Amino acid sequence: MLKDTAKFEPKIVAFCCNWCSYAGADGAGTARKNYPANVKIIKVPCSCRVNPMFILRAFQRGADGVILCGCHPGDCHYSTGNYYTRRRMALLMSMLNFMGVAEDRFRVEWVSAAEGAKFAEVMNDFVAKITALGENVKLRDLRCKK
Amino acid sequence: MQKIAELMQAKAIELLESGKAEKVLAWRAGEFFYDNAPAAFSNVDACKEIVYNEFCPANLAKYLIEATKQQKKTAVFLKPCDTYGVNQLLKDNRIKREYFYAVGTPCSGMLDEKKMKALGAKAILAVTCEGDKIIVETAYGTKEFAKEDVLLDKCIMCKGNKYKIADEELGEKLETPKFTGDKFAAVKAIEAMPEEERFAFWQAELSKCIRCNACRDICPACSCEQCIFDNQDAPVAGKAAADDVEEQLFHLIRAYHVAGRCVGCGECARVCPQGVKLGLLNLKFIKDINEFYGAYQAGADATTPSPLVSYKDNDPEAEEALQRRG
Ligand code: SF4
Ligand code: SF4
Ligand code: FES
Repeated sequence: MLKDTAKFEPKIVAFCCNWCSYAGADGAGTARKNYPANVKIIKVPCSCRVNPMFILRAFQRGADGVILCGCHPGDCHYSTGNYYTRRRMALLMSMLNFMGVAEDRFRVEWVSAAEGAKFAEVMNDFVAKITALGENVKLRDLRCKK
Repeated sequence: MQKIAELMQAKAIELLESGKAEKVLAWRAGEFFYDNAPAAFSNVDACKEIVYNEFCPANLAKYLIEATKQQKKTAVFLKPCDTYGVNQLLKDNRIKREYFYAVGTPCSGMLDEKKMKALGAKAILAVTCEGDKIIVETAYGTKEFAKEDVLLDKCIMCKGNKYKIADEELGEKLETPKFTGDKFAAVKAIEAMPEEERFAFWQAELSKCIRCNACRDICPACSCEQCIFDNQDAPVAGKAAADDVEEQLFHLIRAYHVAGRCVGCGECARVCPQGVKLGLLNLKFIKDINEFYGAYQAGADATTPSPLVSYKDNDPEAEEALQRRG
């Protein structure tokens, strides 16, 4: 019963590249923009460091939503990293959709170091959406042995 | 195809005797008429054991990895579709051109003995082909099938009779099965299902898997030295579906791992003992890549960069791509 009445608090993993998005998160802090504590940030050198396994593992280990943030296309610290990220993640998202695993639990956003306000906005929005979707069980149940 | 087998035997002997190859990869008869198996020949006398007929579906390309490792010049017989896998292995730097000699081997489509059995042929003794007619001798008399009804699944969508890589071609090219339908029809049907139905479909489909790894092992695009699905610390547990990464994510990861590199040979689905519809996952990636980034055929050559290691400034964003999907 307790579980039913307790407010669902989603676990959100945010992969942020060191050069833009992580700095953007810092910016949100210095500008005193609030975003929910549900978001756990994992800093990566570049959005391109994140391979599909990272996303899938996060879901599997209990994340209800995963968001990947990087520099805007054209602004990657390593020039082209996020262009590869973009292709990789588009295919992953489409495949999650194909397998009926709600693809809207996964999001890709470009957030620059100057966009602290955008960072807070994106996170607020994402947390609200995932809270509405509820707990993520599907990926963990993809193979259900009866 | 008896004639082709003779040409192969002669070619194998010639290559071994001339020293052009130290080893020849071909097929040898199995226990039953339908299970001809890949085999390596390094002895001239043994070459008469080389067989070739409508039951040699296996692609020998992947054995070239071993040949490259041993730095042994190896000759290999390749059906037209097998050459795509060879190009992909070259592109992935898994084999070296100087260590193999490719002999293009004509094919007119491989047959599926399971389909013959399903159509009522019991105790099959021999199978012969006369154009589009397949004559099956059984212990209970002769049966006749239309070729398209007993064609191996992977041959239905044949890519044609051209060799994408070959040092020489054996005999005349044969006519390959013609496919006129939409190869993405099955993928589109799943895309059109409601989300819950899609999920249920895959849940049921993937639950059949016994994690034997055959689909991984056969694949010319799946050739890492160390695979995350081999538990390095516990070789026994490695196949026991012991941990949940294996349990839950194997198929997603396998298919993604070969995205942009899958040549669409259909070998993975062919070898699956459980009949898991693996081809649908591969085809889904191929369809998306074609739609998002432009038509691409892996293995058509050994040089064009794969779509996942290239980009354009104006590629669609993930959500946009999903919307755009036709
Ligand atoms: S994934 Fe299957 S169809 Fe694609 S290259 Fe590998 S074995 Fe062939
Ligand atoms: S071949 Fe079939 S049963 Fe074996 S691991 Fe692949 S999908 Fe599973
Ligand atoms: S450094 Fe930010 S995306 Fe590459």
